Amino acid sequence: MSREYMTTRDIVGPLMLVEAVEGVTYDELVELEFPGGERSLGNVLEVSGDTALVQAFAGTTGANPEGAKVKFLGHGLELGVSRDMLGRVFDGLGRPRDGGPEILPEKHVPIYGAAINPVSRDFPDDFVQTGISSIDGLNPLVRGQKLPIFSGSGLPHNQLAAQIARQASVIARSDDPTKVGEKLEGEFAVVFAAMGITFEDASYFMEEFRSTGAIERAVLFLNLADDPATERIATPRMALTAAEYLAFDLGLHVLVIYTDMTYYCEALREISAARREVPGRRGFPGYLYTDLAMMYERAGRIKGRPGSITQVPILSMPDDDKTHPIPDLTGYVTEGQLILDRSLNRQGVYPPMNVLPSLSRLKQKGIGAGKTREDHADLSDQLFGSYARGVQAKELAVILGESALSDVDRAYVAFADAFEKRFIAQDPHEERSLTETLDLGWEIAALLPREELKRIRDEYVERYLPRDDTADGAAGAKGAAA
Amino acid sequence: MQSGTIVKVAGPLVIAQGLTGSRMFDLVRVGADGLMGEIIEMRGDRASIQVYEETQGIGPGDPVEPTGAPLSVELGPGMLGTVYDGVQRPLEAIEALAGEFLHRGVDAPGLDREKQWEFVAIAEVGTQVTGGQIIGTVQENEVIEHRIMTEPHVAGELIALTGGTYTVTDTIGQVRAADGTIHDLRMMQTWPVRTPRPRKEKLNATEPLTSGTRVIDTMFPLVKGGAACIPGPFGAGKTVTQHQIAKWANAQVVIFIGCGERGNEITDVLMEFPELDDPYSGQPLMRRTILVANTSNMPVAAREASVYTGITMAEYFRDMGYEVVLQADSTSRWAEAMREISGRLEEMPGDEGYPAYLGTRLAMFYERAGKVIALGGDEGSVSVVGSVSPPGGDLSEPVVQNTLRVVKTFWALQDTLAFQRHFPAIDWLTSYSLYLDKIEEYWDEHISRDFRPRRDRVMQILQRESELDEIARLVGLDALSQEEQALMDCAKMIREDFLQQNAFRDDDQFSSLPKQNKLLEVILTFYDYALIAVEGGVRRPSLAGAPVREKITRAKYQSNDDMAIYDAIVAEIKAELSVVAGSGAGGARCAWEVQ
Repeated sequence: MSREYMTTRDIVGPLMLVEAVEGVTYDELVELEFPGGERSLGNVLEVSGDTALVQAFAGTTGANPEGAKVKFLGHGLELGVSRDMLGRVFDGLGRPRDGGPEILPEKHVPIYGAAINPVSRDFPDDFVQTGISSIDGLNPLVRGQKLPIFSGSGLPHNQLAAQIARQASVIARSDDPTKVGEKLEGEFAVVFAAMGITFEDASYFMEEFRSTGAIERAVLFLNLADDPATERIATPRMALTAAEYLAFDLGLHVLVIYTDMTYYCEALREISAARREVPGRRGFPGYLYTDLAMMYERAGRIKGRPGSITQVPILSMPDDDKTHPIPDLTGYVTEGQLILDRSLNRQGVYPPMNVLPSLSRLKQKGIGAGKTREDHADLSDQLFGSYARGVQAKELAVILGESALSDVDRAYVAFADAFEKRFIAQDPHEERSLTETLDLGWEIAALLPREELKRIRDEYVERYLPRDDTADGAAGAKGAAA
Repeated sequence: MQSGTIVKVAGPLVIAQGLTGSRMFDLVRVGADGLMGEIIEMRGDRASIQVYEETQGIGPGDPVEPTGAPLSVELGPGMLGTVYDGVQRPLEAIEALAGEFLHRGVDAPGLDREKQWEFVAIAEVGTQVTGGQIIGTVQENEVIEHRIMTEPHVAGELIALTGGTYTVTDTIGQVRAADGTIHDLRMMQTWPVRTPRPRKEKLNATEPLTSGTRVIDTMFPLVKGGAACIPGPFGAGKTVTQHQIAKWANAQVVIFIGCGERGNEITDVLMEFPELDDPYSGQPLMRRTILVANTSNMPVAAREASVYTGITMAEYFRDMGYEVVLQADSTSRWAEAMREISGRLEEMPGDEGYPAYLGTRLAMFYERAGKVIALGGDEGSVSVVGSVSPPGGDLSEPVVQNTLRVVKTFWALQDTLAFQRHFPAIDWLTSYSLYLDKIEEYWDEHISRDFRPRRDRVMQILQRESELDEIARLVGLDALSQEEQALMDCAKMIREDFLQQNAFRDDDQFSSLPKQNKLLEVILTFYDYALIAVEGGVRRPSLAGAPVREKITRAKYQSNDDMAIYDAIVAEIKAELSVVAGSGAGGARCAWEVQ
């Protein structure tokens, strides 16, 4: 059923008010054609009596009230899904962008998705090895988790996201600590959605995926900075719809990376303002939380189905402000956050992960004996606590001078430095196994006096702490290798 | 009552005309799928309806069917252990009907219509019954005896009542009212969620609601029938604190409302509670729990309704004479749902875009907490613990401020404490409880006359510590006087050996009130003897090194019942810290050093 009208009355920004329509429903998909031949898709934001408020995804450039053709398509925005999506690049509305043919869809799925019934969810507790020490060791990612990267302009969040995409794998579970770390081959896929990022950023990702062969296992949805902003509302949902199909219909483990949530939210604000809605904080609409939650909550696992959706959204905090509504509301939905830090970046530490405010809420569920290694949780607590103290000691040293520090504090300063330079820092192409990460953690913990390791059970200290004679040698070798 | 026609659709808000005869807050069925909606505004013959499901595909011309009744819940056997959404659809039954995703228009009754229950009649035929009177019982599970009551408005002569096996909708008896009308009695009754259930009398609450969490029970207690607010900047451990209350509260029924929060958190509760035993009955915790789960991605209007659904269930169990704890996580999401709907209604916004009636709605909700004499004559209570999620951790925002006006206990979670791994991260300087005076009598009678003075003294020590701490940070701990250093040591002991509690450690997650009292006694005895020793000229290291310190540190892991353990520690403190007059070079020393 499709009906075509030329009865547009008002055009305001991306919005058009169409009169004398019949049978139009809320959120219906619309095809628009303007006098100059420009075409756009749109959707119905509001329908009142015989008038419909339509939002044009590609903007309204070239439209005029007399000449605009509005065709209502009788269904909402959908994505045709199929296994053939793997390896393809689409635009923000799911149309091929790589010059390849249209895919033959298995089925068409509404992109707004349906909420997973809370009783059907399975709790995420499979540790994902990213090969990045600052994540695996301290704030581990778990299958089915949503763990955003809070970044800022100029920070290497793209490299980090690409590295996660490249290296993420699941390791064998074992009760035997010596057997931990064997990677399991499993069916995985990456879904990547770009919202408003630049061509360079997008091509960086494509190049990364291509050079490692990951492109064969990836689906890309690109809405770049010069693409219509309104389309951005649909882009992450396209990606998640594809991810749901891959995960829950085909049983793949899907990692969804989308960037940059800030541009998405700004697009949402733009439309909200054009609709003259009552603004909330910083002009963002009052339903921003619900809107974000509708996407983030599409991560997860379902009981009795093999696949999973893990999300790593990237958002750049305006002015590095964590209390800005976008990171703030994101933090309330997601299961933690990884925060990148400008000063670490300036010191040349990659990834510049500020581990102290970073958090993985599912950490306790995903690590420990039988899942990773028995000492993982204790060691992670110890490194975390000691680094916090080391940072304090360093601040003190700045004020009072290093000589004023006690011996213990000096050990903490040395620890904090080594922790940043050797544990956090690693090469963008270095993949550390969990065992390597943990052993490195022990080497650095060994810089502290034995009695300072209070958070680790004695038996683990006995078992894993490098002996004095070997510690130096091993550390030296590692240092040289790095 | 006439059906209407849709004229406008904007997100979850639908406007329909022609609904003559319907009233405000009546439930309606929208569109061909019969989506649930509620009338929230009437102008002329136009009614604004908030729809509890996605409205995609709905348009002008679609029908709206009135139901003639407000949004109600079904109350009766079969609620415990169930997971409901915000409008009491049982999620497990929905899963069985429609699979793992929530599709709209799928509905199932709140109570299972097929299930048979063994009803035992109590009331005698021929006697007069009043509204809300308990007329019989159903052993709902091993833990809870479900007391079947008459509906609040039904009174008269009981002309029939037979025990036996029934479904919730079977007639179990009849009442002839004074005007001669006959009312059929059923085990199930319905109640409109936005109307508080009637009670005979509201009482002053005087009994503590304990949770075994020391900082709560001792420092900032809540009473049975009271209301508390707990803010959670993300990462501060709010969820763990709530789970602790759900697990350990000395109440018979726990209702947990997950209002606009994470799906995985509900899953966590769902997977954990059946595994956990209720410490009071030894049965799985789910047996005494009802979950109302409306996660953040479920429809926003149902989220708005979810807190009312939960509290109506709580009142129902209260009317049976039970102590009920209701936890709402998070009321901020509820307020945001209100804001979202208010925005769509184009109402004039108040603070930060919240509707002007935010304060009234919050107050009305928290006022439904309380200890009451129910219509049937039994005493019961509903305690409410509402969490708030202030944006950016800013406590000056409207939801927190309006909540603090009506609740009397405030547990201020601090993320800075969480960073220091001080759990539960409840800040002792900003939290408060206005119930202390009310429960003092109970403490005096059941715990010890010393408990309240000890608690107050601890508070003063902590307060003094925060002042001294600033000085110590500037000029160093050594610049403080010996007395002040002893106080700092004592405060540290209070923080580490009393306030800090590990929710994941079996021997630490629960402390009985007598144990809490004894722990305070141990720490304060140490402090008193330290002060005496300092006065006698003993220096700090001699105090800090006392062997009994080790025992104090481990005291919190000791028994909940055997108080002799703590008396022994007190005796040891007295022995070890007694001053031995200065002989030789060391000056005055403690007894333990001399031995």
